[in-house]
Amino acid sequence: MASTAEPILQVSGLVKHYPLTRGIVFRKQVGAVKAVDGVDFALGKGETLGIVGESGCGKSTVAKMLVNLERPTAGEIRFKGEDITKLSGKALKAVRRNIQMVFQDPYTSLNPRMTVGDIIGEPYDIHPEVAPKGDRRRKVQDLLDVVGLNPEYINRYPHQFSGGQRQRIGIARGLALRPEVIVADEPVSALDVSVQAQVINLMDRLQGEFDLSYVFIAHDLSIVRHISDRVGVMYLGRIVEIGKDAEIYDHPTHPYTQALLSAVPVPDPEAREHRERIILTGDVPSPTNIPSGCRFRTRCWKAQERCALEVPALAVPAEFRLTTGPTAHDSACHFAEEKQVVPPEDPSDDLAKGRE
Amino acid sequence: MLLEVRDLQVEFRTRDGVAKAVNGVTYGVDAGETLAVLGESGSGKSVTAQAVMGILDIPPGRITGGEILFQGRGLLKLKEEERRRIRGAEMAMIFQDALSSLNPVLSVGDQLGEMFVVHRGMSRKDARTKAVELMDRVRIPAAKERVRDYPHQFSGGMRQRIMIAMAMALEPALIIADEPTTALDVTVQAQVMELLAELRREYHMGLILITHDLGVVADVADRIAVMYAGRIVESAPVHDIYKAPAHPYTRGLLESIPRLDQKGQELYAIKGLPPNLMDIPPGCAFHPRCPMARDVCRTDVPPLYEVDEDRGSACHFWRECLHGLDG
Ligand SMILES: Nc1ncnc2c1ncn2[C@@H]1O[C@H](COP(=O)(O)OP(=O)(O)OP(=O)(O)O)[C@@H](O)[C@H]1O
Ligand SMILES: Nc1ncnc2c1ncn2[C@@H]1O[C@H](COP(=O)(O)OP(=O)(O)OP(=O)(O)O)[C@@H](O)[C@H]1O
Ligand code: SF4
Ligand code: SF4
Ligand SMILES: [Mg+2]
Ligand SMILES: [Mg+2]
Repeated sequence: MASTAEPILQVSGLVKHYPLTRGIVFRKQVGAVKAVDGVDFALGKGETLGIVGESGCGKSTVAKMLVNLERPTAGEIRFKGEDITKLSGKALKAVRRNIQMVFQDPYTSLNPRMTVGDIIGEPYDIHPEVAPKGDRRRKVQDLLDVVGLNPEYINRYPHQFSGGQRQRIGIARGLALRPEVIVADEPVSALDVSVQAQVINLMDRLQGEFDLSYVFIAHDLSIVRHISDRVGVMYLGRIVEIGKDAEIYDHPTHPYTQALLSAVPVPDPEAREHRERIILTGDVPSPTNIPSGCRFRTRCWKAQERCALEVPALAVPAEFRLTTGPTAHDSACHFAEEKQVVPPEDPSDDLAKGRE
Repeated sequence: MLLEVRDLQVEFRTRDGVAKAVNGVTYGVDAGETLAVLGESGSGKSVTAQAVMGILDIPPGRITGGEILFQGRGLLKLKEEERRRIRGAEMAMIFQDALSSLNPVLSVGDQLGEMFVVHRGMSRKDARTKAVELMDRVRIPAAKERVRDYPHQFSGGMRQRIMIAMAMALEPALIIADEPTTALDVTVQAQVMELLAELRREYHMGLILITHDLGVVADVADRIAVMYAGRIVESAPVHDIYKAPAHPYTRGLLESIPRLDQKGQELYAIKGLPPNLMDIPPGCAFHPRCPMARDVCRTDVPPLYEVDEDRGSACHFWRECLHGLDG
């Protein structure tokens, strides 16, 4: 699915700092919440980039900057080569149409007093050129049909739908303007297991149908693997490792990725005896007070003096630079080495193969 | 058996009608054993646990049938006073959301100490020492300095560990953990589950772990009870159920989760929506969503069939399901 052509989105040096101020009469900045602190990635056309990381690492903040709900403190977001952080007015509006967001919480992200038709059609108020007034009802009904909801539900209210159905409404709204990129921030986290699968399959199908590129944010590493072509792992405002799904899951080289993957419970009771667990000690540091050098060093079991002094760059580590194997992907660690933590697939496991 | 729940029935009378939240739940747990209770949102997992603990919202809730035996005693016949004594001392519960279950205006040391003052008649000073010991036990760093801190001053993972400390305080025989790690990050979740497993082994407690995460179940449980619409639809040792489920709902759940260790094709999705408890489908409650449903399923409620001596399935066609004969 991934293409080698020019990326549709190219993010570099993206930063969002929220100032921390003190004082009422004379507001003084006393520090900053470094929510996003230098993020780089590229998204190819038709590709899905998964972003994973623990609570507070800055995933939603990245998403908000991509769709222009937050202004970056620094950095570039290039959409088809054009830096959208520099745009304003008409030009900005035209680009925004192409990058839409689907939110996490299907219970609160839909206005309870609006009908489903108004919710899905709302983007047309801002972009009337996409759907002239007389055409809207039909367009909205088409969208309901596309996401697998009955087009006759157009006059119903959100509370008349289940969580999974509401998430479909959110997706329909995201599609209304025919965007090229969809940023989905935890789109299935609030749903039951049996309903999650329905929504993920829907997103998969729509991607092919509408030639969409996805940035898919989640903390569930299994779901991210399922849907992503490439995966970026975030820690404290930065991407620490990024690569193709098999590079990250089967050949991680960054200690944080390894710890994260080893902590995920695998639904296979046979695996529990022979799986190695890396249990991290301590808590994630505060984004107002990021450790010097490598930001993971306060929890890293491999940390050495150099880690406190030098910030590791996100690049292919020197020891793998001359190889072409799956370890040769970007990893921000001075002492990167491969460690397999996800047990290799068991071929005798017929449940895993799904229903034939 | 340490705890046995037999044919428990609970309903809620609300303005909109009667919600049959629990419709004949039967499960048991032995000392030293971990039973995982698995099921979708609204399937009755928490309500069953609340009935066992004696903390059900009555009214609107009402227990309309069944028995709960704890160390052989019928709990539903006991006086409230007696149940209060059992609660905390002999059985304890850990909730999903530690922040809202801890008292925000009491220091964690006072809350932990309270257990020893009330149940063991200890002095405040001795209780405080005990509290520090417990915080150490659940690996809160610098416990002695932090014993006077309030819940909001701790991280989510630490609060959950304090909840565990509180549940463990009087070394109860049974702990019920209701989604203890759902709100936590995976690395913190792993810390908390590891701690819980270690304490369970050390004190030989029975543990009922309520969750919807099939990965967590596979990691820690000895047995599983799968709930659907207020009933146990399958109950089995953990290895058996993952190898070959004997109920189409269990099978659907197992097949619908993406796996960390492989890149999937299209996911299997259970069709339709969870049932409305005010209007549970007749016959087998799962029939509108079941790929194996036949006529009898629409009319006859399946009993919990004996698959083998420690395994049951509430499906008329459990044999076909177990042996994959449904095509
Ligand atoms: N408006 C704001 N003002 C100050 N700090 C903020 C603001 N928005 C977010 N933050 C902080 O920035 C950090 C990153 O938050 P963000 O919501 O991006 O995390 P996340 O990775 O999406 O986490 P989660 O998985 O919990 O959704 C957090 O520490 C958060 O508290
Ligand atoms: N106090 C109450 N009043 C009315 N109905 C209630 C009450 N408590 C629970 N119920 C109903 O009982 C049913 C079962 O709820 P329960 O909390 O046991 O579900 P659960 O399986 O624990 O779900 P979850 O995974 O969402 O926690 C739900 O439909 C709920 O609406
Ligand atoms: S740079 Fe050092 S502290 Fe950072 S991940 Fe690598 S080994 Fe650990
Ligand atoms: S009893 Fe019938 S409807 Fe119910 S699970 Fe079995 S086959 Fe499906
Ligand atoms: Mg977020
Ligand atoms: Mg519950």
